[in-house]
Amino acid sequence: MAILDIDNLSMVFGGLTALDKVSLSLEKGSITAVIGPNGAGKTTLFNCITGLYKPSSGSVTFKGKRINGMKPYKIAALGLGRTFQNIELFNKMSTMDNLLLGRHLHMHTGIFSGSTFFRRGSRAAAEEIAHRQKVEEIIDFLDLQHARDRFVGGLPYGTQKVVELGRALATEPEVLLLDEPVAGMNMEEKQDLMIWLSDIKEELGITLLVIEHDMRLVMEISDEVMVLNYGEPIAQGKPEDVQNHPEVLKAYLGEDSVAGAA
Amino acid sequence: MDMKRDYYEDIRLLDSGPQVFWLIALIAALALFPFLAGSYHIYTVNLMAIHVIVALGLNLLVGYTGQISLGHAGFFAIGAYATLALMQNLGLPFLIALPLGGFISAGFGFLLGLPALRLEGPYLAIATLGFGLTITQILGRLDFLGGHMGLQSPALNIFGWTVDSDAGRYAVIMPICLFLAWGLRNLTKTRVGRAFVAIRDSDIAAECIGVNLTYYKTLAFAVSAFYTGIGGGLMAFVLGFISPHTFNIMVSIMFLAMVVVGGLGSVLGSVMGAVLITWLQLELARIGELPYLGPLLTELSKQVFTVSGLPNVQYVVFGLIMVLIIIFEPLGLYGFWIRTKIYWRTWPF
Repeated sequence: MAILDIDNLSMVFGGLTALDKVSLSLEKGSITAVIGPNGAGKTTLFNCITGLYKPSSGSVTFKGKRINGMKPYKIAALGLGRTFQNIELFNKMSTMDNLLLGRHLHMHTGIFSGSTFFRRGSRAAAEEIAHRQKVEEIIDFLDLQHARDRFVGGLPYGTQKVVELGRALATEPEVLLLDEPVAGMNMEEKQDLMIWLSDIKEELGITLLVIEHDMRLVMEISDEVMVLNYGEPIAQGKPEDVQNHPEVLKAYLGEDSVAGAA
Repeated sequence: MDMKRDYYEDIRLLDSGPQVFWLIALIAALALFPFLAGSYHIYTVNLMAIHVIVALGLNLLVGYTGQISLGHAGFFAIGAYATLALMQNLGLPFLIALPLGGFISAGFGFLLGLPALRLEGPYLAIATLGFGLTITQILGRLDFLGGHMGLQSPALNIFGWTVDSDAGRYAVIMPICLFLAWGLRNLTKTRVGRAFVAIRDSDIAAECIGVNLTYYKTLAFAVSAFYTGIGGGLMAFVLGFISPHTFNIMVSIMFLAMVVVGGLGSVLGSVMGAVLITWLQLELARIGELPYLGPLLTELSKQVFTVSGLPNVQYVVFGLIMVLIIIFEPLGLYGFWIRTKIYWRTWPF
């Protein structure tokens, strides 16, 4: 059974149909890529899944539970994490604090215990220490030691993207949505990220849904690719099949060039 | 030098030997102060301590959670009136009425937090401004709270001890101030405080990692109002008399100035801002008494600045100091402190 099932999802903004009857199911432990030209509705799809938008029609089912219409924080609590295209980090906090915020769901300190701890053994302090250890594992996994105590606002763009990935991992998601994870990264950083993504899939068993423009990465890591154009799914299937699909070539290169190639 | 070896070092209050020393020195100085200083100075420090409590609460909202408020005089008033009403009308002892007054203020904070869920920036500023103005109008019409005539503070009794001197009030206010400062500092280092900052830096990301925006935004308003309400309850006893006019719009603006001048998002900054602005307010009121400069400034203000004929040069000087601090150090006094610390770290090289 699919872990995340999107069925006939549509999103209409006024007169603009941003998503038109999109259906997609993610098998547990797979990597699915969503590609398409700018403005195709890819990020809108993510926003509908994570609850930032309320879809106009259709349904999103996560682990057998219908989640569209639920608040984003509740969807996150079910085990759905995401990153953002334009990096949404907590800029004035350190990397450590950003990742600790990823642990928010797994921590329990409230307002009273959090404000009155006074020694190592206090509940709030013990919890802080335990979760710092957990975050340290993620810092090791993503090689973020150099950034550990620095303000994320001052980190290089590529590193910020990795911190954001780390924060999403800290929530221990079962499904992780990545919005252009390698955009703005250099070759070396892209290479590292590809390795991490396959580790995330193989070792952590996390199901991935990735929006990406970098075709080399898409072809290399994904099990399944969906192509969106003007909110409509125009092709879906194995990466190699999608690559040569006539509709896809048309969307990316224009009508004439397909005719010319044929 | 400051390599960390242990996760507890990230959150504990005192990081090093010198800090333990300075904290003990500070507490000793605060404990000895009422025995050494005159009544007026103790009164000044009482005002400072109350303003520190309010600035801490307001900074939690503005500096940490990123929600502006121009209506904190409203919470200050609610805390003061609620504490006095609980004591006079219900006969509750001070030590119960004060925290209850704080919680009543927190309740109003929660209510003001609800519209704040949908308002941001300038819109929120106007909404909170309206709240602050409305509260004083309503208080002026409630006859059982003295209406426009105001309320006289009852005698302050704690376990049979009647507090009737500035030094006595100091003994009540200062421990409360230290306790609340310690609590807020702890809060900002743990889960709830981090969630507040997350809302400030990116509310979308905060939601997507599981922070309940509704809960934490209203909680920030409630905690902030609680601190301000406690400050108000204490203020009623320092002043001895409160009326709706005590909590005018200028009070709200002064609170905001304390937080901005002290340093947004900093506990130490709140303390420094509250102390500096309280001191400036009191000292500048007497600027005309300065030798040579005083009469000159008074004359200048009569000729240039005033409309009504009253000397108002203290406000001009006050405004000038605020502007200079913000121009030279946008992080506020806390920024000065950090730079000084960094400078001395490598001393004498």
